[in-house]
Amino acid sequence: MDLNIMSFENVTFTYMPEDETVRPAVEGLSFSIKQGEWIALVGHNGSGKSTIAKLMNGLLFPQSGTVTAMDQKMSEESLWKIRSQMGMVFQNPDNQFVGATVQDDVAFALENNGVPHAEMVQRVHESLRQVKMEEYLNHEPHHLSGGQKQRVAIAGALALRPRLLILDEATSMLDPQGRMEVIETIRELREATGLTVISITHDLEEAALADRILVMNAGHKQVEGTPEDVFFAGNKLTELGLDLPFAMRISKLLTEAGVQLSGEHMSEDRLVEDLWTFYSKK
Amino acid sequence: MMEKMIFGRFIPGDSLVHRLDPRAKLLFVFLFIAIVFVANNALTYLLLLVFTLLVVFLSKIRLYFLINGLKPVFILLIFTFLLHIFFTKEGDVLFQFGFIEVYEEGLRQGIFISIRFLVLVFITSILTLTTSPISITDGIEVLLGPFKRVKLPVHELALMMSISLRFIPTLMDETGKILKAQMARGSDIGSGPIKERIKAVVPLLIPLFVSAFKRAEDLATAMEVRGYRGGEGRTRYRQLDWRLIDSLSLLLLAGFTAALWYFRT
Ligand SMILES: Nc1ncnc2c1ncn2[C@@H]1O[C@H](COP(=O)(O)OP(=O)(O)OP(=O)(O)O)[C@@H](O)[C@H]1O
Ligand SMILES: [Mg+2]
Repeated sequence: MDLNIMSFENVTFTYMPEDETVRPAVEGLSFSIKQGEWIALVGHNGSGKSTIAKLMNGLLFPQSGTVTAMDQKMSEESLWKIRSQMGMVFQNPDNQFVGATVQDDVAFALENNGVPHAEMVQRVHESLRQVKMEEYLNHEPHHLSGGQKQRVAIAGALALRPRLLILDEATSMLDPQGRMEVIETIRELREATGLTVISITHDLEEAALADRILVMNAGHKQVEGTPEDVFFAGNKLTELGLDLPFAMRISKLLTEAGVQLSGEHMSEDRLVEDLWTFYSKK
Repeated sequence: MMEKMIFGRFIPGDSLVHRLDPRAKLLFVFLFIAIVFVANNALTYLLLLVFTLLVVFLSKIRLYFLINGLKPVFILLIFTFLLHIFFTKEGDVLFQFGFIEVYEEGLRQGIFISIRFLVLVFITSILTLTTSPISITDGIEVLLGPFKRVKLPVHELALMMSISLRFIPTLMDETGKILKAQMARGSDIGSGPIKERIKAVVPLLIPLFVSAFKRAEDLATAMEVRGYRGGEGRTRYRQLDWRLIDSLSLLLLAGFTAALWYFRT
């Protein structure tokens, strides 16, 4: 499948078009995302990531350039059709929970799209099963942990069977365990359904799991490529003030200190493996 | 104190009353409020009381729990009772302490009004105790449905109500957090003269408002992203289910009204 599910062409967006001194939040941005890809969007605070997410589903419209989603140009007319094919999960687990209970919340998007009742029930169960929250059907939001609320939010997005899932720092308010739960959920979902995922994150270990990373800096695309390419493209990331994942940082420091390790280390497991082989060879 | 207060609280359960359709219960309560005024003599007031106790019994809510939870209401009840006793001066004088004279009519009125008050509070409490707030909202939305014709924004009102209910615990938690944060900065709400205490509430309210607005904005975005465009063309996930028992409950009320009418003078 070589279909572009989302593409930006020379997109520029300013929050304050009347004020010339304010630099655009996104400037001259072009990229395209293929069906089934997992894209990580990284960059420091204020680099324009959330703005990109909002441009993707028509919460904002660019001053110039075009946004094309699911083969349709984003416009007032195509907006709702496009939205019904993508799900979005935000940062704060509390502020996106609309329903009184878990099942009501998951059903919200279905209700909005006029899905008949019998099918709604079936899809609510299906989505909750996908995120392993089925036993929490009747729980109220304040009785759930942050990670559980985010999984419910994902289920709410999945209920419409979207082709694209956008996560805007969906794990940043969670503790390490909640974060792992959510990332694991996404990973399994992708394996099972081939969903396209765009995840905006500050966590480079999370970004390292993606197929491709887009690095944003001050509204511009700075680097784009596979995690290997991006993390080992010299010191670009560190120059932008982004921290390498722990394993990579150690690996880099060890290499600099003259320890001869055999390659690049995207994950801690790989590093540990290499370290003990290195040690036993010595 | 607040924990014991049961006004407006919901106690999940599985009684006959719990399982009634919220529309039936709402209609029942509204009609009952009107019917209470039919009673005008000792027998009919007694019937009201018995009928109410029957409903309490069917709801499986313990009478002791109900009375205990409604204590503040009883203070009001006793107050109205005393007012009637002292200020109604009709009929024979029953007894007299010094300058206080209690008339027969005063005692009668006092007892009747107290019963009326009591059954109203009991029945409305049973409604909120046995129906979850969200079901009440659903019931109101459907019952008010016909008023959409006259441009009453029924769906929007119901949505507002359900979102407010959903955010009450969240905002309560937040208030607790802000309170602690301000206490850590040396603010003192628990003591001092009343004027100082009111002043100390301001630094509590402002952050709460700011965050509530932020939440509202986030929520609006989240709703829009999930395709919310108002009530038009929407389907409902929560279905209400009107069964035979719901019709029977209203029929029971009709029978009771007929009895009241028959025995009134
Ligand atoms: N509603 C708004 N009105 C005006 N300016 C805004 C608004 N939202 C964002 N901006 C500005 O646009 C720029 C990009 O913001 P954006 O929220 O896209 O950044 P971000 O990469 O998501 O940052 P973060 O990592 O903090 O979430 C920033 O300079 C920000 O100040
Ligand atoms: Mg952001």
